[in-house]
Amino acid sequence: MLRLRFEFAESCKIAYAQLLANRTRSFLTALGVIIGIIAVTLMGTAIGGINTGFNRSMALLGDDILYVNKHPWASDRDDWEFRNRRDIKSESADRLQTIIDATARSGLLKAVPTASTFKNVVRGDFQASNVFTLGTTDEYMQIASLDFRDGRFFNATESRGARGVCILGCDVADALFQEQSAIDQTVTLGGEKFRVIGIFAKQGSFLGLFSFDNQIVVPLSAFRKFFAKKNSESDVRVKVRDKEHLEEAKAELTGDMRRVRGLLPDQEDDFAISAQESFKKTLDPIKTGIALAGLFITGLALFVGAIGIMNITFVSVRERTKEIGTRKALGARRRTILLQFLIEAVSICLLGGLAGLFFSYALFEVVGAAFPNFPIEFSLNLVLVGLLVSVVTGVVSGFAPAWSASRLDPVTALRYE
Amino acid sequence: MLQTADSMPALRTTRPPGPLVIEIEDVTKVYEMGSETIHALRGVSLKIRRNEYLAIMGPSGSGKSTMMNMLGCLDTPTAGKYEFAGKDVAGMDDDELAAIRNKEIGFVFQTFNLLPRSNSLHNVELPLIYAGIPSERRREKAQRALENVGLANRMHHRPNELSGGQRQRVAIARALVNDPSIILADEPTGNLDSRTGEEIMALLEHLYEQGNTIIVVTHEPDIAEHARRIVRLRDGLIESDGPVGGS
Repeated sequence: MLRLRFEFAESCKIAYAQLLANRTRSFLTALGVIIGIIAVTLMGTAIGGINTGFNRSMALLGDDILYVNKHPWASDRDDWEFRNRRDIKSESADRLQTIIDATARSGLLKAVPTASTFKNVVRGDFQASNVFTLGTTDEYMQIASLDFRDGRFFNATESRGARGVCILGCDVADALFQEQSAIDQTVTLGGEKFRVIGIFAKQGSFLGLFSFDNQIVVPLSAFRKFFAKKNSESDVRVKVRDKEHLEEAKAELTGDMRRVRGLLPDQEDDFAISAQESFKKTLDPIKTGIALAGLFITGLALFVGAIGIMNITFVSVRERTKEIGTRKALGARRRTILLQFLIEAVSICLLGGLAGLFFSYALFEVVGAAFPNFPIEFSLNLVLVGLLVSVVTGVVSGFAPAWSASRLDPVTALRYE
Repeated sequence: MLQTADSMPALRTTRPPGPLVIEIEDVTKVYEMGSETIHALRGVSLKIRRNEYLAIMGPSGSGKSTMMNMLGCLDTPTAGKYEFAGKDVAGMDDDELAAIRNKEIGFVFQTFNLLPRSNSLHNVELPLIYAGIPSERRREKAQRALENVGLANRMHHRPNELSGGQRQRVAIARALVNDPSIILADEPTGNLDSRTGEEIMALLEHLYEQGNTIIVVTHEPDIAEHARRIVRLRDGLIESDGPVGGS
């Protein structure tokens, strides 16, 4: 054991001296590994970033909310089947709530109607186009976690009375009012005047497609009064009691909705219940696909690096055949020689790995500074994986040459010039 | 401390031989070189005792190198018996042979075979690393060995900062450092001028007087004359074996 330790220390010294003596060669060889490790970290980060962005987006939807729509979020069936369904009426929410309240130990908490469309919001010369316009009741507060930068949500009186009040997403507010306070100012939404009573705090975007900051929320009654039913979607959002039992809640809601819609037992559901997990199901195969493609590219890059290491280790063995003979004559065993060349290969890979990690870190810092919203993360795990991959590459690529060195016949090796 | 060639005693002492260290009986070695079969040794028997100073001579192709490789446990015989200090070497595997070489044999090569990027001290420490000796003891023993060959002031020099004679001294210190049973020198003066060669031979003489067993393989009669016993090889057989001047 003690001897192995000394041999190990000796091998490290040799590897160090060898690297120093052949700086250019070592660097060029390590370049392959550097590129490989950059590929590993970029790919790891990309996948991690997709996950983070995905989870962040999911949280925005609310992981304890069930959405009752005409259209399911994810389906492989044709769209027309859903389009001809009866609309989800706002009154359905009230009837649902009655049923929920009457059910003992219901898994559902609160049903709130919503309607949505896209409209332009105007204030003087400023305009925010295609703003997601949501109509709902004051009970929306109870199912969504809303942070306000300024002001408040509308109350029950305003909600029922179809008052022209609105809450702006922060991007809309910034676009229309710049630095000024928007509270109690008036904006024009689809030709109607609305008074701003609140501004949401920054929320971010859903998968980079839909910004939650580009929205305006008005009372549902006002929405109904001013905006045509056409081109608007109405649905019901239901908050569940316990998100751990989402499936049971979903089943309960399906039963309740069938009652509300008056469906006979042999009739199919003419509504769809979705939750954020529906997105997960759709997006998971995409994530897996990206990960596999990434793995393949990464593997290719590392493979090329590994070939370089193998080649240079073979050269090193050839160059030092006489030295191997001398060491064997002095009592170096096969294991000793094997270890020596393996460590040499691993050292190059480790240095390459460290350099690769450094470069990726720098790259991430630059990208992170340029695009603050880009979901990339440089984690400790990434460093550990990068180093582990380097060591494994070193061992795998160094093994064949190290093995051949350890098998050299001492007589032949000593005679080699 | 080392005595220089000038102060070497004129009268040569011969130490009484000790117990048997090497016993070779009817050893043959056959190489396959492509389609050719080379009989390098054709049945050689030899006994070497501790405290002997032996020269193995012979022209090239006589089996001299094969004999040296065999004695140095770098190679095993095709047939025949080889016992080193009572241990059967003929049947050993690579790693067992490596252990024997490490503990029992000190090699001195014609081309010195020092590690070019390591200083004298580290070169001499090398066999001790493979023997698993802790670093303080290693350093201590290596320093003593270097002092013993007169290089106390060259410990931190690299081979390219040393003269040929000094390099060979480092190699001799390396051979000595693990207190081997035999020192096996292959043409130790072959790469040195004659004056430096004489110095090296004086050093070997000194080591012999200290109680080391020395085997020199050479084709030069002048060098062989330093030994007490000369074994001459020809065509893979022992032609003669006797004390110096006696044949």
